[in-house]
Amino acid sequence: MQETAPDQIVPSEPGVSHRPSGWSNIRIIGVGNEWRGDDAVGLLVARRLRERMGKGVQIIEARQAGINLLDLMGGARVVLLIDGVSSGQTPGTIHRLDVSTGPIVQNLACRSTHGVGVLETIELGRTLGRLPETVIIYGIEVAETGWGRSLSPPVEEAEEQVVERIARDVEQLQCMNSI
Amino acid sequence: MSGESPPPQPANSTRTIAIGTIARVEGEGALRVTVKQGRVQDVELKIFEPPRFFEAFLQGRHYEEVLDIVARICGICPVAYQMSAVHAIERIFGLCVEGTLRDLRRLLYCGEWIESHALHLYLLQAPDFLGYESGIAMAKDHPAAVTRGLRIKKAGNALMTLLGGRSVHPVSVRVGGFSRVPSRRELEGLKDELLWARDAAIDTLRWVASFAYPDFSPDYTFVALHHDDEYPLNEGRIVSSDGLDSPVDEFERHFEEQQVPHSNALHCLLNGSPYLVGPLARVNLNCDWLPPAVREVLTGVGLSLPLRNLFQGIVARSVEILYALEEALRLIDLYEPPPVSSLPVSVRAGVGMACTEAPRGILYHRYRIDENGVIREAKIVPPTSQNQGRIEQDLRLWIPQVLDRPDQEISLSCEKVIRCYDPCISCATHFLKLDLQRDP
Repeated sequence: MQETAPDQIVPSEPGVSHRPSGWSNIRIIGVGNEWRGDDAVGLLVARRLRERMGKGVQIIEARQAGINLLDLMGGARVVLLIDGVSSGQTPGTIHRLDVSTGPIVQNLACRSTHGVGVLETIELGRTLGRLPETVIIYGIEVAETGWGRSLSPPVEEAEEQVVERIARDVEQLQCMNSI
Repeated sequence: MSGESPPPQPANSTRTIAIGTIARVEGEGALRVTVKQGRVQDVELKIFEPPRFFEAFLQGRHYEEVLDIVARICGICPVAYQMSAVHAIERIFGLCVEGTLRDLRRLLYCGEWIESHALHLYLLQAPDFLGYESGIAMAKDHPAAVTRGLRIKKAGNALMTLLGGRSVHPVSVRVGGFSRVPSRRELEGLKDELLWARDAAIDTLRWVASFAYPDFSPDYTFVALHHDDEYPLNEGRIVSSDGLDSPVDEFERHFEEQQVPHSNALHCLLNGSPYLVGPLARVNLNCDWLPPAVREVLTGVGLSLPLRNLFQGIVARSVEILYALEEALRLIDLYEPPPVSSLPVSVRAGVGMACTEAPRGILYHRYRIDENGVIREAKIVPPTSQNQGRIEQDLRLWIPQVLDRPDQEISLSCEKVIRCYDPCISCATHFLKLDLQRDP
């Protein structure tokens, strides 16, 4: 099935407001589809970080990231975004991209509205002057994105590592900037 | 646009132009064009996105599950699917949802029109008129316009989030009404942004009116709903510019879906011929129901209805953004919370049909339900499958005008024609690879 929608924020627990009540300086946004195998990894990392992060760090699970990702990033000073990627490298490979400094993809053409993906939206945000000061993407190379709820072993392992790396990133950011 | 002419070819060869993946449309499709002896021989809009079998999924499901299932057909127009389904089911149960609950459904639909139209207009189609390959490329030179478009879209999203529980695949609509209705205060909280968006929609209309439109006005049969008292969203009779005036129940008497070998989507024809649904058809067939304020803006930009040029569909879409915002503000001003959020439902067996106006055109649903409330049969005819035959017909007329250009230019210009329809391939199978065979 095609999920053609621009995006959606979904609560991790029933009854918990899914709309952030206020903007914070550090925001962690996990992107993915939990019904499509490894594509869930962004959501799962965010969910696990929710248990570990203290106040001042906001966690968002975005099941369909599109143009509205700009709104999800709005007001934050630092955004750490986690998503599954497919670039042909070994499954489980972790890419850490600082997109604050410049575009990572030179020839971005909108292929469709489904295709208004994370990178295109970030470039649109850059063009419109709507990007937070720092935007770091953790991309985890996926193996299986068919129907199902389980992660493949290499991606599951990468999930653990990314949780630890982001926890360290946040610690450093908070120390450095006292934010 | 400049480019070299196609190289000379032997007198009896075939020229094939192929658009691999049509950009800036919903879903996946391709186009194959065969040209023989300088004439367009064949045009096939191929929808290769796999069939999605929603009609079969619905069989055996309880009627209460239908609205959540059909909302998943499309993330851009889930409200349309919910509205056609809920009205068809209520028809079977003899339920008539009126008054404030009816208004709230209209308001929810306005939110979807605003969101869907703003996205298509600003990010998918405007780049075609201004000479950019994408909305992102256009944003570099037109940041204010793109920012305006995104904010209008957000106003539509806010309406959907408040009324539907979330902006994508809303969850609050139910047979008999809603699972929750908003407070007056909640709705009034949206007013300031909607007022801003209304002014921005006027700017949008002025902006698109300044575009240069290629001259392309085939003799269209426009088809839309028409209602005695209002601009159509959820109800009306099916009318056409050729004089059709039919109750929704008789849709299948006039319209027939046909399978074509080259596409996974069915083609729907009106008495055997292609026709056009969507904003252009709606504004032309319902111009009397546009509020004077909307018509004044249109007159102010030097345009009048009917609009016959396909490329002016973008004007029709901007007229409807403005209309939907005016209507939303009117409904919010009238709003008093209803005594109940939903009417009691008595299940009964039967067959029911409904047609509502999705952003891309009329959307027909028919259900047969048994005495236990279980769906025994479902039929869904989305707007894109209705427009498919008309898109092919348009391309047959369009391509001869551009045939002397290089293949790449032909491809691009074909995509522009297709994008006028804002096709949602996901819904129809549910875009474009052009394969042009030239046989000069």
